[in-house]
Amino acid sequence: MPGSIRVFGWLEMARTADTLLEDIQGPTPGQMLRKRIFGHQGLLFGVAVLGLLLLVAIFAPLLAPHDPYAQDLLARMQPPVFLGGSWEHPLGTDHLGRDYLSRLIYGARISLLIGGFAALISGLIGTAMGVAAGYFGGRVDMAVTFLINVRLAMPVVLVALAIVAVFGGSLQVVILVLGFLLWDRFAVVMRSSTLQVRSREYVTAAQAIGCSTSRVILSEIMPNIVNNLIVVVTLEMAHAILLEAALSFLGLGVQPPTPSWGLMVSEGKQMMLFEPWLVAIPGITLFVLVLAINLLGDGLRDVTAPENRS
Amino acid sequence: MLNFILKRLGLAVLVALTVSAISFSLLFMAGDPAAALAGEQATDVDIEAIRRLYGFDRPMIVQYWEWLSRALQGDFGESYYFRLPVSDLIMERLSITMTLGVCGISFALLTAVPLGVVAAIRPNSLIDRFALFLSVMGQAMPSFWFGLMMIVVFSIQLNWLPPSGTKTWVHFIMPTIVLGYYAMPAIMRLTRAGMLDVLGSDYIRTARAKGAGEGRVLFKHALRNAIIPVVSLAAVQMGFMLGGSIVVESIFALHGAGYLAWESIGRNDLPTVQALILIFSMFYIVFTFLSDVLNAWLDPRIRVA
Repeated sequence: MPGSIRVFGWLEMARTADTLLEDIQGPTPGQMLRKRIFGHQGLLFGVAVLGLLLLVAIFAPLLAPHDPYAQDLLARMQPPVFLGGSWEHPLGTDHLGRDYLSRLIYGARISLLIGGFAALISGLIGTAMGVAAGYFGGRVDMAVTFLINVRLAMPVVLVALAIVAVFGGSLQVVILVLGFLLWDRFAVVMRSSTLQVRSREYVTAAQAIGCSTSRVILSEIMPNIVNNLIVVVTLEMAHAILLEAALSFLGLGVQPPTPSWGLMVSEGKQMMLFEPWLVAIPGITLFVLVLAINLLGDGLRDVTAPENRS
Repeated sequence: MLNFILKRLGLAVLVALTVSAISFSLLFMAGDPAAALAGEQATDVDIEAIRRLYGFDRPMIVQYWEWLSRALQGDFGESYYFRLPVSDLIMERLSITMTLGVCGISFALLTAVPLGVVAAIRPNSLIDRFALFLSVMGQAMPSFWFGLMMIVVFSIQLNWLPPSGTKTWVHFIMPTIVLGYYAMPAIMRLTRAGMLDVLGSDYIRTARAKGAGEGRVLFKHALRNAIIPVVSLAAVQMGFMLGGSIVVESIFALHGAGYLAWESIGRNDLPTVQALILIFSMFYIVFTFLSDVLNAWLDPRIRVA
């Protein structure tokens, strides 16, 4: 019997030699991935805009035409160029005569710093909890699920406002508060991703040959759930940026004179009746940044999803 | 079913207790409450007297227990700022927040579900793209900015709608749209995904094959199944919205519970803040509990898991 199987095998191979050759000459997985990436408009747009804003934030001192903190009380609320202003202040000046474009450029730093670090902290907390719950199950899982429930039950904006009010609104406090509040989605997604991967053969195999728990988690489980993690990172980064803006808008986030976009909207609100652009402009930049991050996240999910690989 | 309800109820109670402990501890995170109450001019003797009067000198666990047992009877203590019972203050304001929340979630459901259904019936059509566009915009738009822009356009430029206040239902139009738009994208996406999933299933093919009308297939067979996860999402969103109405209420100067929370935080009025955190959490816990029970009743598979 073994012999006949072998004969059949050879016949099979001969018959499929042509198709095999086609398979070999077909696109490699890398090429297919590249094709999926460059065929995804949203992803490309997100990467381009986010990259541009990152560059703006990094090179803010070189790009800003003025000092974002320098007041010029003789040149207050000058309109932007497109509303009849001068090129001296392309986006006009605010109620203290500070150059709006320069504040906007430095504001990109605040938003990206807060978004990035808040997502980093909450990502570390949430991933550790979620992976532990998914991998160990049982009591660990019950405890983590309970903590997720507690966290979801607390009104984020209210709790964040109350804590910032207690500790004062510095950049560090806002980052920490958001980082310690926004881990819930990380925990939920990482828990279910780990549950899916945990019973796969390669995990069992690693356990069988005696790999340590940390090794199984770090080199067998993590690489296989990191796609989902990246998508959640983008979502939570966008979430943190919007929340910081809302907190600063309510006066209990980053404090003046820091050029936070949310704070700029709040300061412009007083003059909204006559100078609506003071509110419109920082809101638009905020919208564009969050849109770019969301499109990047959606795109990454589309591109890396296994069901799109056929 | 009873087993499921009891288990779920136990979880809800435990979560509620934990949240209450966290919001209680906020009082002590803020530093010495007696010193805050006494004001800047107070001497050490005054502070000590206030500490005795309010019972801050007792062990924390005793104070927590007393606060909790009173809170369960609806007594949240006295506001530091108004010198009035916190529960009276909140009851007075809660109706506005509740109205806003109900209007917001209704607006979100009434726009998101039909859009999601149509988008799923005709994938990649113009309506599908429009729905996707709306949801992408909604997810990226800061709600406080959206609200202000609506005021600029509809109150200042066009003079159609009042920018603030709560006198008539007209005052609630813009706040409802701003708050509802925040919940819309997620509901729309979930409805669309659920409908797409269901429309590809075997029992829909069977229903069509036996000659059921398209309307009957869509609403009686498909939507009924696709809507189950939407119900639980809407409950979660409703809980988030009540907590998140603080932003909308501050923009449109609606003097609801969210506005009270914002003012109280600014005034360091901790009993009011504690009570509001607890009440908003309770809403979330009750809504999610009810939706879980409703789902278990609609879908027997959930009861087992």
